[in-house]
Amino acid sequence: MSASLATVSYIGATILFILSLGGLSHPESSRRGNLYGIIGMTIAVLATVFGPQVTAGGYGWIIGAMVVGATIGLYAARVVKMTQMPELVALMHSLVGLAAVLVGYANYIDPAAAGQFAGAEKTIHEIEIYIGILIGAVTFSGSVIAFGKLSGKISGKPMLLPGRHIINLVGLLVVIWFGWSFINTHSVADGMTPLIVMTLIALLFGIHMVMAIGGADMPVVVSMLNSYSGWAAAATGFMLSNDLLIVTGALVGSSGAILSYIMCRAMNRHFIAVIAGGFGTEGGTPAAAGGVQPAGEVVAISAPETAELLNDSKNVIIVPGYGMAVAQAQHTVYEITRFLRGKGVNVRFGIHPVAGRMPGHMNVLLAEAKVPYDIVLEMDELNEDFPSTDVAMVIGANDIVNPGAQDDPASPIAGMPVLEVWKAKTSIVMKRSMASGYAGVDNPLFYKDNNRMLFGDAKKMLDEVLAALKS
Amino acid sequence: MALVIGVAKETAAGEKRVASVPEVVEKLIKLGFSVAVESGAGDAANFSDDVYRAAGAEVVSGAAALWAKSDIVFKLRAPSVQEIGLMREGTTLVSFVWPAQNPELMQQLAAKKATVLAIDALPRQLSRAQKMDALTSMAGVSGYRAVIEAANAFGRFFNGQITAAGKIPPAKVFIAGAGVAGLAAIGTAANLGAIVRANDTRAEVADQVVSLGGEFVKVDYEEEGSGGGGYAKVMSEGFQNAQREMYAKQAKDADIIITTALIPGKPAPKLITAEMVKTMKPGSVIVDMAAEQGGNCELTEPGQAVVRHGVTIVGYTDLASRLAKQSSTLYSNNLLRLTEELCKTKDGVIDVNMDDEAIRGLTVIKDGGITWPPPAPKPSAAPPAAAKPAAAAKPAEKSKGHGHGGGGAPASATSTAITFAVAAVVFWFIGASAPAAFLAHFTVFVLACFVGYMVVWNVTPALHTPLMSVTNAISSIIAIGALVQVAPPLLGGAAGGDRPEAWIVGLAVLAIALTSINMFGGFAVTRRMLEMFRK
Repeated sequence: MSASLATVSYIGATILFILSLGGLSHPESSRRGNLYGIIGMTIAVLATVFGPQVTAGGYGWIIGAMVVGATIGLYAARVVKMTQMPELVALMHSLVGLAAVLVGYANYIDPAAAGQFAGAEKTIHEIEIYIGILIGAVTFSGSVIAFGKLSGKISGKPMLLPGRHIINLVGLLVVIWFGWSFINTHSVADGMTPLIVMTLIALLFGIHMVMAIGGADMPVVVSMLNSYSGWAAAATGFMLSNDLLIVTGALVGSSGAILSYIMCRAMNRHFIAVIAGGFGTEGGTPAAAGGVQPAGEVVAISAPETAELLNDSKNVIIVPGYGMAVAQAQHTVYEITRFLRGKGVNVRFGIHPVAGRMPGHMNVLLAEAKVPYDIVLEMDELNEDFPSTDVAMVIGANDIVNPGAQDDPASPIAGMPVLEVWKAKTSIVMKRSMASGYAGVDNPLFYKDNNRMLFGDAKKMLDEVLAALKS
Repeated sequence: MALVIGVAKETAAGEKRVASVPEVVEKLIKLGFSVAVESGAGDAANFSDDVYRAAGAEVVSGAAALWAKSDIVFKLRAPSVQEIGLMREGTTLVSFVWPAQNPELMQQLAAKKATVLAIDALPRQLSRAQKMDALTSMAGVSGYRAVIEAANAFGRFFNGQITAAGKIPPAKVFIAGAGVAGLAAIGTAANLGAIVRANDTRAEVADQVVSLGGEFVKVDYEEEGSGGGGYAKVMSEGFQNAQREMYAKQAKDADIIITTALIPGKPAPKLITAEMVKTMKPGSVIVDMAAEQGGNCELTEPGQAVVRHGVTIVGYTDLASRLAKQSSTLYSNNLLRLTEELCKTKDGVIDVNMDDEAIRGLTVIKDGGITWPPPAPKPSAAPPAAAKPAAAAKPAEKSKGHGHGGGGAPASATSTAITFAVAAVVFWFIGASAPAAFLAHFTVFVLACFVGYMVVWNVTPALHTPLMSVTNAISSIIAIGALVQVAPPLLGGAAGGDRPEAWIVGLAVLAIALTSINMFGGFAVTRRMLEMFRK
């Protein structure tokens, strides 16, 4: 295959990738979108393998490596549980990051790659290598930590080192300093030292950054790492002068950036504040904010009473949170939904953008439990419908239904958009205990007159509700 | 210094309304004004002087004293010659004026160096002006009253009933013209239980008619319309014939006809001919709301109810005044909203701001100079001017649905300017220092970022997890970087000599294996997830 043919194939692959992302604008078109992505990837790989830059001598290696990778990948995709999707995605980000690092090193030590550049072009090429490895390394270590936190292998609590901003700053300066000495070296051997030191610092920086971020900020972290893996690919593209990599990397990078932005907006927080780590550190400690007990009384309710309330209602909105995923209660939720819908009750789901541990997590869980996607609505789509709702059921969510975000300007989560469940005739909150949510803020919702608390494990309680409904 | 608003007693015969009710007087005082009310001004609308006093107004006896005292006079009907005689120079007058029909009145008012705000000259198309639109509120009252007058003159129930003594059919009401008055009449008649049909030459009001419980009657014209030359002329001719036919048919069938058809600046169209009246059932009623402009029915006598061919034809021209308490309340609320617009500082001083489109429209005389008609509104400039304060007031986080084109309020001009300035500096730096080959790639990169931005904003939030896994799979494109390193064609022997083959192949093969996990795993898991999304 000639170089021109390979380039044309790359253009085709680029278009297919764009169509693939475009297809996700609707569930109907999304499956075709995924297919476009697969075709695009196949074209890109084949065009490269049979293109002018790969000789027949490498086919064995390539096929072997791909078979190994494909086996692992397909196996993982088959066995992963939908609740584990955030972990899988984080792990995959780390692989992209690691691959970027490896490709960067391989490119650097390859004299054939460097030999074609001179002067300013050589400098730029070296900067590209340096930055590509830097982003790749941060993505890799950050994603590994994110994976650990999401899978519970590392504590989800933010780990805040004293003077962590200064550590980061010093790290950045050291990286810049070694970058300077790196582009001023003349042989590969001389350049190796700064490159390795930088890689180590980048790895540490990635670890440090994600360690400082707590559980409920994970959606931001995961989408940010998604963005980084894209930028790593783009940087590799610059390094190899390959437009396909640049375009694809930019697509993925901006996708992740937009997701991060959406998540931050849904929490009414600044991206910088999330990345800097910790919650409420800039506006008083969480404990102080929870000092005033909201007025009113907490009224508990039993599972049969909940069933009765649901039975008598016309409009029900269910608000799921991470707690539902933890308790694996989505299948029971679906059974209850199916039963109520069979009786003509209008059951819908209200999803807060940051519910769960990654963007769109709740939608996938509910889809897995066979809940039809047209009754799963975004916060903006149904927030106005709560006043005409009979029962709003909150399952394992807390901060996203906190009225304090609207009423109490002193609250650490003030201004965060929330689902207005308290406007429904009755709201039922399913919780293990009265413990506060991630933000450490007491929830005045629990003390409202029209609110009832259903204490206990979500799955167990919902099973009881279902049994009571059916009897 | 706080200005005095005077509420004059209406002098026109039979006019029962009053320009300001006590409830609104209180609010005007809160805006910082003093209010003087002519003694007996509200009597006909059941607001006694005492109630006005209790609301904080000063009650003044006699028109002369009131006009002498007031800086601003609120009235309903345009002032009479005598009233203008009483007027102080430089007074501000707020009332109906009808400047087009009353050129002499305009001259007299201008001679008094008055400032005149004609509530009928309000630019009604501005949504902001709707709260001040007295024409609409009066028309609504009239439409309601028209049905009540019809019911009064009609000898039967409106609603159908089944009684022990037998079945009573519902009354059939036909309403010509579905403007504000027509729609109010439709709603009122439908609420009384009648079968309501309505027609309007504007087909787009059909939905409103239906929503109020009426049935929209179309002019059956299509059949004879198509064909022949001189299309426009024939059409209007044919249309009128068809319309006449439709009215004749409705007249035979309907028990009550309410006509509201008006053409601005022209006599009302004659829709109901004497012939049609003859075909109506005895005891039927016609309420002609256009009586003041000559009437929609040939037999209407303005200001009176007459019986012709057994049909009662009501031609009252004071329908709104017949519901004096209601229409006074609505009118005074309209004036209150206007006053709020005039006195944004709430210090009892008005500012007739001629740059404000709504105020400009209804100011027909400013300090003795006639400013009517106003210049045609500038449609291009108006929307941003109106939209800007609204956008600023909206909280940013309230932006609707992030799935649609960026969402959110547009960024402020300053932050946009800063962003562009920073971008310009960065681009200049890159352009000044980077070689051509890099710039080609950089171009591709920037454009791809924009494409990604556009595409991803369209992704529905429900599919954000599949989006992440598919972008993950796609980012395994980095495999290409590794593929080209496994076994590149070596150019010339010189460079190939010291190539650390083992290292490079090792790194590249490992990278290929890692990215393959992503490539296959990412697409497979995305597919698995998307399979689950079912309706």
